[in-house]
Amino acid sequence: MIKITTSDRYNITPLRSMMTNVLSLAAGLLVISIIFLIAGVNPLYAISQIFYGSFGSIYGLKETLTKAIPLILIGTGLTLAFRAKFWNIGAEGQLLMGAIFSTWTGLTFGNSLPPYLIVPLMFLAGFIGGALWGIIPAILKIKYSINEVISTLMLNYICAEFLTMLIVGPWKGSTRFGFPGTDNLPQAAILGVIPGSRIHYSTLILALVCAIILWVVIYKTRFGYEARIIGENPEAARYAGINFFKTSLILMAISGGLAGFAGVGEIAGIHHYLGYPASVSSGYGFTAIIVAWLAKLNPLYAIISGIFFAGILVGGDAIQISLGLPAATVQIVNGTLLVCLIMGDYFLKNKINLRLSNK
Amino acid sequence: MEEIIISTLQRTMIAGTPLLLATTGEIICERSGILNLGVEGVMSVGAVVAFIITMTTGQPWLGVLAAMVAGMTISIIHAFASITLRANQVVSGLALTMIGLGLSGMLGKPYVGRPLAIKMNDFAIPYLSNIPYIGKIFFFQSPFFYLAIFLALASWFILERTRLGIQIRATGENPKAAEAQGVNVFSIRYFSVIIGGGFSALAGAHLSISYSKSWIEGMTAGRGWIAIALTIFALWNPGRAIWAAFLFGGIFVVQYLMQPLGISPNFLSMMPYIATLLILLLISLKDPKKLNAPAMLAAPYNRTER
Repeated sequence: MIKITTSDRYNITPLRSMMTNVLSLAAGLLVISIIFLIAGVNPLYAISQIFYGSFGSIYGLKETLTKAIPLILIGTGLTLAFRAKFWNIGAEGQLLMGAIFSTWTGLTFGNSLPPYLIVPLMFLAGFIGGALWGIIPAILKIKYSINEVISTLMLNYICAEFLTMLIVGPWKGSTRFGFPGTDNLPQAAILGVIPGSRIHYSTLILALVCAIILWVVIYKTRFGYEARIIGENPEAARYAGINFFKTSLILMAISGGLAGFAGVGEIAGIHHYLGYPASVSSGYGFTAIIVAWLAKLNPLYAIISGIFFAGILVGGDAIQISLGLPAATVQIVNGTLLVCLIMGDYFLKNKINLRLSNK
Repeated sequence: MEEIIISTLQRTMIAGTPLLLATTGEIICERSGILNLGVEGVMSVGAVVAFIITMTTGQPWLGVLAAMVAGMTISIIHAFASITLRANQVVSGLALTMIGLGLSGMLGKPYVGRPLAIKMNDFAIPYLSNIPYIGKIFFFQSPFFYLAIFLALASWFILERTRLGIQIRATGENPKAAEAQGVNVFSIRYFSVIIGGGFSALAGAHLSISYSKSWIEGMTAGRGWIAIALTIFALWNPGRAIWAAFLFGGIFVVQYLMQPLGISPNFLSMMPYIATLLILLLISLKDPKKLNAPAMLAAPYNRTER
């Protein structure tokens, strides 16, 4: 008989860590193939279509990069929150709040200010909106011990309803012929795009800069160190006198604020007006959770994993059209990949020993 | 007026039923020490499977059975990841929700907007349903309502008064000690997660074949997440869950009552979610120490670490 025992693995090298991720994703694709097979779709064709649709053409690449912008921004912010084991599932709401704040700013001041003032002002407003929506769960968690998974999720629903209330009511634009949605932003408030694409480059640059800054914050500053200690060993953090309240407030302000930035990008770069929540964000707040996880909670890796999952979103759209699969397919792909990633962690942290025994 | 009150209370019971089923399931699961954030996903799978089987076979009870089997099966993903592989339970639960929502969207696509010809009929309990007022509210209801009450009471009894219940609670409070006493922590946790999944799927089945008789994507509308909050509100006690669930059922119904008053429907839709936060705030303000969550909730158990 074969006896299976496990033991802890202490020498986790970056190479082994990366290989584990790659193998986990491969295993995930295998499982997804089986699901496709059951659904009566040729898995090889479907998966090749996903990657061909996103990375196989110039058009696909442009779309992938466009969708990577919010994913990198949010995913980066989540790496910080998750480091402190603050489970922020509310990025979707924080994104919407950023969109609401920046739309208001753009509509109110867009006609009277030049672009070089109004655009930074909108990003600032978006950051504040997302940060405010992000610090509510931090206060609720530290002061009232309310589980942040629940509170951030509830705030998602509340924000989506609030946004809808605005666009069907007081904010309904006079140019929309009675349909819900605000008026278009003034020209000065609209972000420039790389010609022939939808890539709003200022948000893309902002996302890359944020990822680099956050890498420095997490690994090279006292605040980042404290956030990591809170996550890894809360007991020790308490003994060391780390202020949980202050640290949580700041990290959720950053995490929410970056989601708010993503909201500004979607409004000022893509849609140019505030519409229904589902059209403002196609679930970026949730996909970004996997982005952060695949990045092993490292903001720099979040750039790569953000582009990867943007590719899956774009490829998912492509197979919806070419294979007639429902939009929900992308969620199955995402969920399966996430399961395989966390399962892969087990084989990274534990050595599996197979021994032949005589019994 | 009288009729409005009766019909409001009647609808409160119907609206609270899925919350009670899912909350009871999550309580069993969390009592064994496993946090399952996959409730929303499992509920969606339950809803779509119950709907498809009921529509194709014309047998609502077959639909219910299929939904339970599907819910229990998909819950094994979370059980395997969090128990055997000791993965992070928050992330694993979220993944289960994504998979569940995705699967339900994929399976249900051909059925969107198709009305159910044969649904689960309300059932009048002989004699009791003739009692004035009370009869209509409590004894002329969907079978799911009776089932939910029965399962909550049975779960309370099992958890508090039987050997199996002691084993489940010990596993959640102190798995090492439980194992020393001969309890198989792994099997107890697997059992609890899978039973919890079955309950969540029942909640979904109620939504699609009894409550609304049709299927649309996202019809669970966050009820799974509210159930997780109600688990805390009920202080991990299925008996208290009954009150908690029907209180929230009332909040869902009051939304519709207040619509004619000219309040924004979107504002009213926010109410269950705001109420969830308020309730959690309230119990925290009252006495944070009374929140006796299972001591080892969400902590993976490593058998070799002894």
